[in-house]
Amino acid sequence: MSQIHVSTTLNGDPVEYLCEPDETLLDVLRDRLGLTGSKEGCGSGDCGACSVTVDGRLVCSCLVLGAEAQDREIETIEGVAQGENLHPLQQKILDHAALQCGVCTPGFIVAAKALLERNPDPSETEVRYWLAGNLCRCTGYDKIVRAVMDAAQEMRGA
Amino acid sequence: MPGLTNSPGAAIDVARKQGNTRPGMEKFGIGQAVRRREDERFLTGAGRYIDDQHFANLTHGAVVRSPHAHARIVSIDTGEAEAAPGVVAVITPDVYFAQGFGPIPAMTAIDGIVEGTLNHPPRHALADATVRYVGEPVVFVVAETKFKALAAAELVTVGYEELPAVVDLAHTLDADSPMIWPEAGSNLAFRFEKGDAAGVEAAFEGAAHRVTLDLVNNRIAPMAIEPRGVVGEYDAESGTLTLNVSGQAVHAQRNQMAAAVFKVEPDSMRVVAGDVGGGFGAKNFVYPENILVMLAAKLTGRPVKWISERSEAFLSEVHARDHVTRAELAVDAEGRFLALSVDTIANMGSCLSTMGPVVPTAASWVSMGGTYVVPNIHMSVRAAYTNTMPVDAYRGAGRPEAAYIMERLVDAAAFDLGIDPVEIRRRNFVRDYPYSMPLGLTIDCGDFSGTFEAAAEAIGLDGFDGRRAASEARGRARGIGLSSYLEVTLGMPSEAMELRFESDDTVTILAGTHSTGQGHETAYAQIVHETLGVPFDRIGFRQGDTAAIAVGGGHGGSRSLKIGGSTLLRSAQSVREKGRAAAVHILDAAADDIEFADGLFAVRGTNRRIGLFELERAVREAGDLPETVAPTLTTVGRFERERHSFPNGCHIAEVDVDPETGDVDLLAYVIADDFGRIVNPLIAAGQARGGAVQGIGQALLEGVVYEPGSGQLFTGSLMDYALPRADTVPDLPVGFNEAAPTDTNPLGVKGAGEAGATGAPAAIVNAVLDALKPHGVRHLDMPLTPEKVWRALLQG
Repeated sequence: MSQIHVSTTLNGDPVEYLCEPDETLLDVLRDRLGLTGSKEGCGSGDCGACSVTVDGRLVCSCLVLGAEAQDREIETIEGVAQGENLHPLQQKILDHAALQCGVCTPGFIVAAKALLERNPDPSETEVRYWLAGNLCRCTGYDKIVRAVMDAAQEMRGA
Repeated sequence: MPGLTNSPGAAIDVARKQGNTRPGMEKFGIGQAVRRREDERFLTGAGRYIDDQHFANLTHGAVVRSPHAHARIVSIDTGEAEAAPGVVAVITPDVYFAQGFGPIPAMTAIDGIVEGTLNHPPRHALADATVRYVGEPVVFVVAETKFKALAAAELVTVGYEELPAVVDLAHTLDADSPMIWPEAGSNLAFRFEKGDAAGVEAAFEGAAHRVTLDLVNNRIAPMAIEPRGVVGEYDAESGTLTLNVSGQAVHAQRNQMAAAVFKVEPDSMRVVAGDVGGGFGAKNFVYPENILVMLAAKLTGRPVKWISERSEAFLSEVHARDHVTRAELAVDAEGRFLALSVDTIANMGSCLSTMGPVVPTAASWVSMGGTYVVPNIHMSVRAAYTNTMPVDAYRGAGRPEAAYIMERLVDAAAFDLGIDPVEIRRRNFVRDYPYSMPLGLTIDCGDFSGTFEAAAEAIGLDGFDGRRAASEARGRARGIGLSSYLEVTLGMPSEAMELRFESDDTVTILAGTHSTGQGHETAYAQIVHETLGVPFDRIGFRQGDTAAIAVGGGHGGSRSLKIGGSTLLRSAQSVREKGRAAAVHILDAAADDIEFADGLFAVRGTNRRIGLFELERAVREAGDLPETVAPTLTTVGRFERERHSFPNGCHIAEVDVDPETGDVDLLAYVIADDFGRIVNPLIAAGQARGGAVQGIGQALLEGVVYEPGSGQLFTGSLMDYALPRADTVPDLPVGFNEAAPTDTNPLGVKGAGEAGATGAPAAIVNAVLDALKPHGVRHLDMPLTPEKVWRALLQG
């Protein structure tokens, strides 16, 4: 099978790559583009560690083909902070120590950012249900939920 | 939480009470809610986990696994696989066993194993003629890409002659059970006895009540979100084998593999771990794949990587718990406990994993009896083989099982005797410390009843009846569950921690412990900052590399802060004393005139002073130093555990059960912990909560299920094996009782890592059973799935 040429926008920058027809977007990001912030926790869409957005929609990049990124806008964890400045979600997760091993954290941040972009004032229940697609085995979720609520409040005030 | 420190603000008050008021100490010293230093790289996606690291000329491995629970291998045909595109090597059992490697070792030197009962057959990285569980490695295929390796693995044809299998603990010790290691004559791995059987029997004979409970501690899977992964490398010139591993105990793995498997000098093997995405014990051990990637690297001359797929993790990562127990409690007419008898069958899986035999024995008796006065205890364990993945240590390892037995038994006693579960606990708490437990350990200190009452107040125990009535009015059954747990800090008893003064005016902590998310990089720096006054940003941290760190006890048993932190404190104190001697010489002063504060040595009453880094440069550059002055401040401190410490606490859960569906809604959950002195409340609370949610998962959702007969794994994916998610749990308030300081270690800490998983299961089960009590349900085994609860309500 011949490789497919893809032109896409990644974290605001135009990017081109060649990928296999059966290669996932996650593998393209990690192995071809060197963006290893998105993690493979299951490869079946159950854990959310590979969360990215495609045209603003939250997806598991392990379930999207690299070829499907053609003419899309992809955002990953690497595009969340602005240079040295952490995004309010990252800062609040840091302040609450709402992470331990850190492997699920990029997925949570991408997912929470997608939530706050469509609902800037979520209830705790809404946060918990939205984030139920992301597994964390270390924290017990408590502080992640609180950090997202705090970040939402700060972002509304800003 | 009333009476407890449960927020960074409150913790600062505690630290000040301990005299920790020097300028600069408020922010980064011991007791402060210091933000974790490791987090920025994790938050931006810049963590370096095993699968994020680059290796030149890399190849990829795939494991051909047994599809049968029990079978003889009759033939292996690798012809097609070897001819497949991109295949670099195929390692068959013939190739493997030609290496002369020894078996993977397991710890069997345990006091109490009944003489003559130990049956410890060899376990190798590839199956030797017989497979004994679904997923056992049979052939290892190496190719240019992961997909080529997986595709080639599909082309390996293995002929099997199926044998009858047994996966069920209840039947594996039957005389007519299929035999997993026929040469031993039974599936018994060993028997273990502890305590005074005759004394316990006598106590039961004289007791007013005998409370009997048969319970199962369900088999669960650790499931760190980062799967296991390894990269093997071989340097032909030096003959060095390197294992890059997502692991937690690099020195133990190196030593075990070098001595027992590869039969080489430890110096010719290096084990190194970068960031590790969770482990919970399961990544401590020597796994077949760890050996296979190193062998493959040696045979191919190229690095070989293997990353577990999630479905493989269910098949090939150690499982945990899986005990069947009959527990009995002798109780007098006033509801006081007289004796405890525990008879357990523990599932070892198909063979003994590294610490598998320790879990139901040495790691369990230590806390048996819990937070109560129980004058007499006897424990009997039969460890048994089944055609399942080996079972080993997972968060708590033995102590959650002991806590679950006691806390369920106490509630069963309350049920049988008609006493309130709160009242029966109050009558039996240990209140006089030190308390000598009948199985041999002494609890040095604690405030079990105080911690319990704080948790009871925090959840609003007094108002529970009103809330129950409100639930009932809505047609729901409400329950409250208490769990007063006792933990014992275990793991490797000694450590060496180096404080190395670098040439760029920084000091590096070289740790033999291993953080896989527990925040050591921060908590350890707090200890150094507090003791030496070194600016926080000048303290570096390194762990997890046998080439850089001479010795290490790794991770396990909630040991790191107690053993590692205490060792580090000793190192820092030695640096201070060495620095003092150097300052006497450099500042030309009398020893009595030297003062040390905030990283500076000063001559009392003068403006002569010198900082630690300046002092380090001075002694390094000095041509001739007197014998009293060391040529560097770099120091390796040592500490060895002499006495155990006993983290303890109380979890209380409040649930609502929907009688129509059996669904359990966890409404409220509070945790009061006594971890001794709290070094960093942010990190300690994270440990408490995270562990609790693992325990909540065990109680409500999780269970590894093999099909009886076929031995096939039913729970082979995250769709079949339910982990707690953000919507499973409520807020989890945590409070710390620091009223009972321990002197078992210089840091005054008790340990925090495993407490949550120890306390939680019984709190949940007791709460659900409290809700079902009006329906006459006395006991249910975990996990309390809606179906199980619903059926109990139907039958109740």
